[in-house]
Amino acid sequence: MSVKTEPFYLNIGPQHPSTHGVLRLRVTLDGEVIVDVEPVIGYLHRGIEKLAEGRTYAQNIPFTDRLDYLAAMTNNVAYCMAVEKLAGIKVPERGEYLRVIFSELMRIASHLMAVGFFLNDIGAMMTPVLYMWREREKILDMFEMACGQRMMYNYMRIGGMSQDVPEEFLPAVKKFIAEMPRYIDEYDQLLAQNEILLARSKGVGILPRETAVSIGASGPVLRASGVKWDLRKMDPYSIYDRFDFEVPTGQTGDCYDRYWVRMQEMRQSVRIVEQALKQLPGKGSVCADVPQFFRAPKGEAYVCIEAPKGNLGFYVVSDGSIAPYRLHIYPPTLINITAMKDMAVGWKIADLIIIFGSIDVVLGEIDR
Amino acid sequence: MVAINSEELGKRIAEVFTGSVVSADKEMLVVDSVHLFQVATYLKETPGLDFDYLTVVTAADYMEYFEMIYRMVSLKQNHSLILKTRLYSRDNPTVASLTPLWRAAYYQEREIFDLFGIKFEGHPDLRRLLLWEGFNGHPLRRDYL
Repeated sequence: MSVKTEPFYLNIGPQHPSTHGVLRLRVTLDGEVIVDVEPVIGYLHRGIEKLAEGRTYAQNIPFTDRLDYLAAMTNNVAYCMAVEKLAGIKVPERGEYLRVIFSELMRIASHLMAVGFFLNDIGAMMTPVLYMWREREKILDMFEMACGQRMMYNYMRIGGMSQDVPEEFLPAVKKFIAEMPRYIDEYDQLLAQNEILLARSKGVGILPRETAVSIGASGPVLRASGVKWDLRKMDPYSIYDRFDFEVPTGQTGDCYDRYWVRMQEMRQSVRIVEQALKQLPGKGSVCADVPQFFRAPKGEAYVCIEAPKGNLGFYVVSDGSIAPYRLHIYPPTLINITAMKDMAVGWKIADLIIIFGSIDVVLGEIDR
Repeated sequence: MVAINSEELGKRIAEVFTGSVVSADKEMLVVDSVHLFQVATYLKETPGLDFDYLTVVTAADYMEYFEMIYRMVSLKQNHSLILKTRLYSRDNPTVASLTPLWRAAYYQEREIFDLFGIKFEGHPDLRRLLLWEGFNGHPLRRDYL
């Protein structure tokens, strides 16, 4: 005998601790089981694309910090690369290497946050986060040395970066890179075989390979589903073709795989920074000679890079003036949340929080 | 990843769909908005092209026309293409939705509908995305101040 039940509508967020910002989820439930889930976004929409049309190319760099604010340096790099491509500016060798070092350190910091808060969502309240913040703090300290900021760096410039790194920076990076594999081992020891993590994330929120490709997912979400797609390897931008690293991929595309891929990527980032430090030219300029109010030639350029959360793209159109005619930001997490419904339907409401945490969203980037 | 030779591809598509190609150069392929859906289906399903992965979908307002920009990638062949189409209506710009082919377009088309006021025929759920229902105007149009 079946009991007829009424669907129950639940509204999660926008002000809710587990929504990682101001995402709102409109959930339809059958008892405790999810029937439908719809993300409602726009609570952090600041109209950056419109604002950019009224500001010079250099004035737009601080806006990019406020997209994915947990990986602000990568956004800086992506935007500057798009403008450089448009104007045909070449970044000096030392600048390129420093950009790689900063991008990879940023990836480690972002993945530490992602994994830490994913475990927070699972129920390992605050302890793993604080372990991971221990290392993230060191990265932020290094960034503070270089640009005086811990979150909104505004460090990259069109043609390179605002200034060379101070002398204490490189020794600090070397020390950190030497220590970091041990810390990752420590996390693995605590987490990889952890009963709670396995029970709550293995087999939960599976994203099949075909769906992941169809929705255009990227980053760890796509790679966890078994697609070996990393722009650093497939479309080596900047100087990534000079480094030896691997692209970890998951097998089933469940929450555990997404966690696992991020852990492995941190190890690979450490390897890249290690090699970059060895190859880094000792002297030289870090920024090409670009006037402050330069005019990009008429035309358009699109650059897409592998940001910590996926493929981050900037599409810039110039009409020959000092401001971009159109700036479009292609945000990886907006595309990745398209998969929310596919992952969550059929699971319980408690699993929804985990599935959502495993995508690693930042609303600054989704809403722009 | 290499950009596919869109000049040659344009010739090929002009043969298959007569009158569909507006222009084709090294950078991009511009097609007629009427043929967009057919061309996109062809690009996705033809062996050797295999554009299975749609990345950025966006629009730009050039006052005389709206330009729709699609960048697609083939994970299998490791090549990419920029496909464009132009919409000359200002009051009621309409184009076929590509969401039935690639779900990647779902949110991006909703965003364009919201900020540019371009309608997508065949989109499963065309509503405003970032701004609220009842918001007046489309902010990313150049004449919106």
